[in-house]
Amino acid sequence: MRCLKCGSGACIEIRRHRAAYCEEHFVEHVHKQVTRAVRKFKMFEPGEKLLLAVSGGKDSLALWDVLLDLGYQADGLYIDLGIGDYSARSREKAENFAGARRAALHVVSLPETYGVNVGYIAKKSGKPFCSTCGLVKRYIMNAAASIKGYDAVVTGHNLDDEAGALLGNALSWQVGYLRRQSPNMPASQGLVRKVKPLCRLGERETAAYCIIKGINYILEECPMAKGASSLAYKDVLNALESRAPGTKDRFYLGFLREGRHYFQGGSEEPQLRPCSVCGQPTTAETCSFCRQVQRAGLDPLAVLEAIKNSGA
Amino acid sequence: MRVIIRKDNTVREIEGKHTVGNILRLLDINPEAVLVLKDGKPVTRDVVVGGDEEIEILPVMSGG
Repeated sequence: MRCLKCGSGACIEIRRHRAAYCEEHFVEHVHKQVTRAVRKFKMFEPGEKLLLAVSGGKDSLALWDVLLDLGYQADGLYIDLGIGDYSARSREKAENFAGARRAALHVVSLPETYGVNVGYIAKKSGKPFCSTCGLVKRYIMNAAASIKGYDAVVTGHNLDDEAGALLGNALSWQVGYLRRQSPNMPASQGLVRKVKPLCRLGERETAAYCIIKGINYILEECPMAKGASSLAYKDVLNALESRAPGTKDRFYLGFLREGRHYFQGGSEEPQLRPCSVCGQPTTAETCSFCRQVQRAGLDPLAVLEAIKNSGA
Repeated sequence: MRVIIRKDNTVREIEGKHTVGNILRLLDINPEAVLVLKDGKPVTRDVVVGGDEEIEILPVMSGG
């Protein structure tokens, strides 16, 4: 196969675009897709302060590399959830990348703050592991961005993640989630803007980008994600994609263009107010993070102190 | 040729010369869910591999 741009040997084929690229032009393709997403969805402007949630995996590290290459001011936030060796290894990948690119990295660690991991908080509060983990991460991302004065929280969700989530939401008609599923959630009532600049790129592309650019990412998956239904949705979409390239693109980007507006309106946006304990936005008197952490016998305010001292 | 499948680090030996696309079909692997690497670099599905050459199949699906 030949590169669409220069005719030299191609290293990767992008079937949904009927294209193949050599290394140099593939990197250009990834940069272009990120730029297009950032502009199309008005995610951020040059000069704005971005806080990128970094897991040490291929998506967040590829995105960090792209944002730095494009000249954006993107600092990293690594959240250590204390999931055994997996967390230790992923943290190392994030720190190594930050060191190599001389980028600023904030680290907020549950084990260092509380002496326990996210599994302990889940168990003590009687909530499922993955939903507790999601809650803790979302809370720390928003709190860190607002405390440290960032304009937006950036996450590495890619086209496969978003198409998979959309399929899951559509299969059970989660109208509230469908209304909110967007690569740009504007700031509102104490919530910092949240954006997903990889929403036009598949995970084959982010993995290939890391390999081509020599970015060392963590290959293994979170051990708790085994059997997650999101992986089943991705499997189904990949089966469709291999029969009809472009299916994921049409499904997700088509939803944003043509479908999402049908879910707008109706019920009013929930009113948020400051949590009585921590001051972060919530619909309740006390936010779910504080309630869950208190149920585990811990002080929710300790994590805000940890954020303030998270360096970078 | 030797095929290293990174998911569980299994190694498969396949006789003869095949395109990368054909190898994935033989192993019943969806090309959308993996990258195929030769000498540590991605290769397209039309590349022919055989003899004492080695390729790696790297899963790219992640998340939970």
